[in-house]
Amino acid sequence: MSAEAIEPNRRDFLYIATGMAGVVGAASVAWPFIDQMQPDASTLALASVEVDVSSVTPGMSLIVKWRGKPVVVRNRTPKEIQEAEAVKLSELKDPIARNDNLPSDAPATDANRTVKGQEAWLVMVQVCTHLGCIPLGQQGEFGGWFCPCHGSQYDTAGRIRKGPAPENMAIPKYEFKSKTSVTIG
Amino acid sequence: MSGFQHSTYTPKTGLGRWFDQRMPLPRLVYDSFVAYPVPRNLNYAYTFGGILSMMLAIQILTGIVLAMHYAANSGLAFDSVEHIMRDVNFGWLLRYAHSNGASFFFIAVYVHMFRGLYYGSYKAPRELLWILGCIIYLLMMATAFMGYVLPWGQMSFWGATVITGFFSAIPLVGDWIQQLLIGGFAVGDPTLNRFFSLHYLLPFMIAGVVVLHIWALHVAGQTNPTGVDVKTKGDTVPFSPHATMKDAFAMVAFLFFFAYVIFYIPDYLGHADNYVQANPLKTPSEIVPEWYFLPFYAMLRAITFNVGPINSKLGGVLVMFGSIALLFLVPWLDTSKVRSAVYRPWYKLFFWIFIADVVMLGWLGSKPPQGVYPTLALIGAIFYYAFFLIIMPVLGLIETPRKLPNSITEAVLQKKAGGTLAPAGATAAPETRS
Amino acid sequence: MKNVLKGLAAFGIAAALAAPAMAQENAAEPMHFPIKEPPQLHWSFSGPFGTFDKEQLQRGLKVYKEVCSACHSLNMVAFRNLEALGYSEAQVKAFASQYQIQDGPNDDGKMFERPGKPSDYFPAPFPNEEAAAAANGGAAPPDFSLIAKARAAERGFPQFIFDIFTQYTTAGPDYIHALLTGFHQTPPKGLTIPSGTYYNPYFMSAASTHMPPPLSDGQVKYDDGSPETVNQYATDVAAFLMWAADPHMEVRKEIGFRVMIFLLIFGFLVYLTKRKVWNEVAHSH
Repeated sequence: MSAEAIEPNRRDFLYIATGMAGVVGAASVAWPFIDQMQPDASTLALASVEVDVSSVTPGMSLIVKWRGKPVVVRNRTPKEIQEAEAVKLSELKDPIARNDNLPSDAPATDANRTVKGQEAWLVMVQVCTHLGCIPLGQQGEFGGWFCPCHGSQYDTAGRIRKGPAPENMAIPKYEFKSKTSVTIG
Repeated sequence: MSGFQHSTYTPKTGLGRWFDQRMPLPRLVYDSFVAYPVPRNLNYAYTFGGILSMMLAIQILTGIVLAMHYAANSGLAFDSVEHIMRDVNFGWLLRYAHSNGASFFFIAVYVHMFRGLYYGSYKAPRELLWILGCIIYLLMMATAFMGYVLPWGQMSFWGATVITGFFSAIPLVGDWIQQLLIGGFAVGDPTLNRFFSLHYLLPFMIAGVVVLHIWALHVAGQTNPTGVDVKTKGDTVPFSPHATMKDAFAMVAFLFFFAYVIFYIPDYLGHADNYVQANPLKTPSEIVPEWYFLPFYAMLRAITFNVGPINSKLGGVLVMFGSIALLFLVPWLDTSKVRSAVYRPWYKLFFWIFIADVVMLGWLGSKPPQGVYPTLALIGAIFYYAFFLIIMPVLGLIETPRKLPNSITEAVLQKKAGGTLAPAGATAAPETRS
Repeated sequence: MKNVLKGLAAFGIAAALAAPAMAQENAAEPMHFPIKEPPQLHWSFSGPFGTFDKEQLQRGLKVYKEVCSACHSLNMVAFRNLEALGYSEAQVKAFASQYQIQDGPNDDGKMFERPGKPSDYFPAPFPNEEAAAAANGGAAPPDFSLIAKARAAERGFPQFIFDIFTQYTTAGPDYIHALLTGFHQTPPKGLTIPSGTYYNPYFMSAASTHMPPPLSDGQVKYDDGSPETVNQYATDVAAFLMWAADPHMEVRKEIGFRVMIFLLIFGFLVYLTKRKVWNEVAHSH
């Protein structure tokens, strides 16, 4: 009878095999119930938008809806660019660039808030990083954005300078496919 | 009498003892589904209770995830269902599982009910068990009817119009009741919204009545194909693992057929017209309910004549609702002292004719009400009523049943030995491997 | 008493058996549509291992676009779905941009038109149902997204039993093909066809359609050399419409096969377990 004690006999093998098959079956059945909660095909289709910016002259902004949120595409004036470049990193409340096109620890220089070759353009998710309100453009002490909800103030590169917001407004993944077309997401 | 015995649960772990002192839930589960004795001669007709529990779980789970994507608004409902079919991950699978799940739920419930009628499972002391079952059946029909309205196709809309129209047949208060049900002058947005709310609610009421149903069952214990009561412990086997594994196999076999329909012929049991969005100004060429309602639909349409003050519309409605109400009276309509049709040759014959009658009525329910069909439906309805009101009571009084075995064990051993009738008290035949 | 019961039983069985036969003989029914049953065709996607023929779907799309889309919308199909027909992302983008899609309102509050994107849906030829009916003699041309699942001629007994085993799910394409190739026939004597309608024995709702025969030979140019005949156009567009109604069919059948095999194996294992468990009973009693 030592054989029984050492290894599962035929009967137990059947039970184990049946049990394992049952577990595999249960897991296969469970997966669709979980997967159906992930974003569906029609949502994913809107995961990326192409924006025609040919009519956006310097000093003008265009707001597009991307993944349910407003993204501002601003053709900044030379004055705005200069003001942003003049700011020292030590003056910034949030020194991280928050730019999805760069590594997550990139510093928040004005160059890192834009993409190379298109430094005049600021493409940014116009949602206050405090509690999610939409700040108003070209307002506030720093000439950038002012959030009316709790008074956060952003500069011309969209970086938080004053107020309760903890982070610079987010820069999404984007790419200028041509001089007049930018693809966001 | 079988059923609940003295509890033999002894918790084996410290945690088990701690829990048992505070809430004897593991004890209840052990007593009801592990140690609980069931007759050893149950056949596969007795596995459909387990299958029904599985189908209720499947419908609730698929229904909850579908409700995450469905929009209960007449302008959005049809498109939201197609959004589920096309865009939601595995949406097509969940939708087809739910729509065909309803059909398979009814296939199982009809086998389960016919088993009850055949083996006399409704007889004393299980009358309440049977009545609870009838209540579950009614709730199922209400749930299925409301669920079919939700996709807001042509059949959804017009089926709702016809069925809610029944209520206007009630004298005096009929119109008021109908308007109360549909929330307006015709089926529309208010109807759809309340049907969605109730469709979500009712399955949980079904689950509650199922708990009562199983409780009532466990008090009396299962019947068995011989209809002879459990006499000794040797007549029974513990529920786990015997009934558990037999039920498990039956469930897998049932799932096999269920999967075949879902994956290969998912629209077979439905109606093509429900893929056309509801149009309140255009009636489809034929309005047909889902197959599981067809026998009742046939009986409804069979009444084409007035009877005194009762017009044909009201007559049809009364005959239809009456055919379901009759079921509640079955424990008292059957006068036979013998439970199982196995030992009642005449009842067995009429039972199978009854089955054929129900199938014929179902087929007639799908046919247009012209030509010879209404006459056949009337004959079918008359036989249906006669089976319950005449044949059941009369047969019990005049039929000579076959000789019953003395016990379940005796019947099992007779079967093993080749089916010859041993005299009472005889020793068992030589053991053979089953 | 026994004889009375026997007689009743015999009558019951006889009635049940005779019913279908009686029904066929004695039924005095009004005209039944379709007048002719659509012939059952073989499709590449029939059966448990059927798949769509992508070339055929592309031809069908061309027929829809060049002929049918003038009157029939395809509201539930998005341009991005056309990748299933074998087109690349770039091709789909180019295809979509050919269409002008209504968008807006803009900041002035006005609706405007812009080139289509893959996430857009096929635009409808008419702004609403009433406009569609008004432009087509009172009968609005139906949307085509689900038409292949919304049309199925009755198959009758016992065919509908065999259909369970043969997995007949192509009643829609059979109907569409029959309808499109069923024009230009002479109506039977005594049947009046209202003026402005076109006799078609395969039509499900009446003896004639408001739609004039839409297809003619050589109407659509095929790039792959397939015959440019009415029959070919009808076959291809029917296949395309089946895809439009059931885009996940191939995945469904593929998963189905794996599920059935799993259930067979698992069922067998559970059965063996059940037998093992019950054999204990046989030995101990």
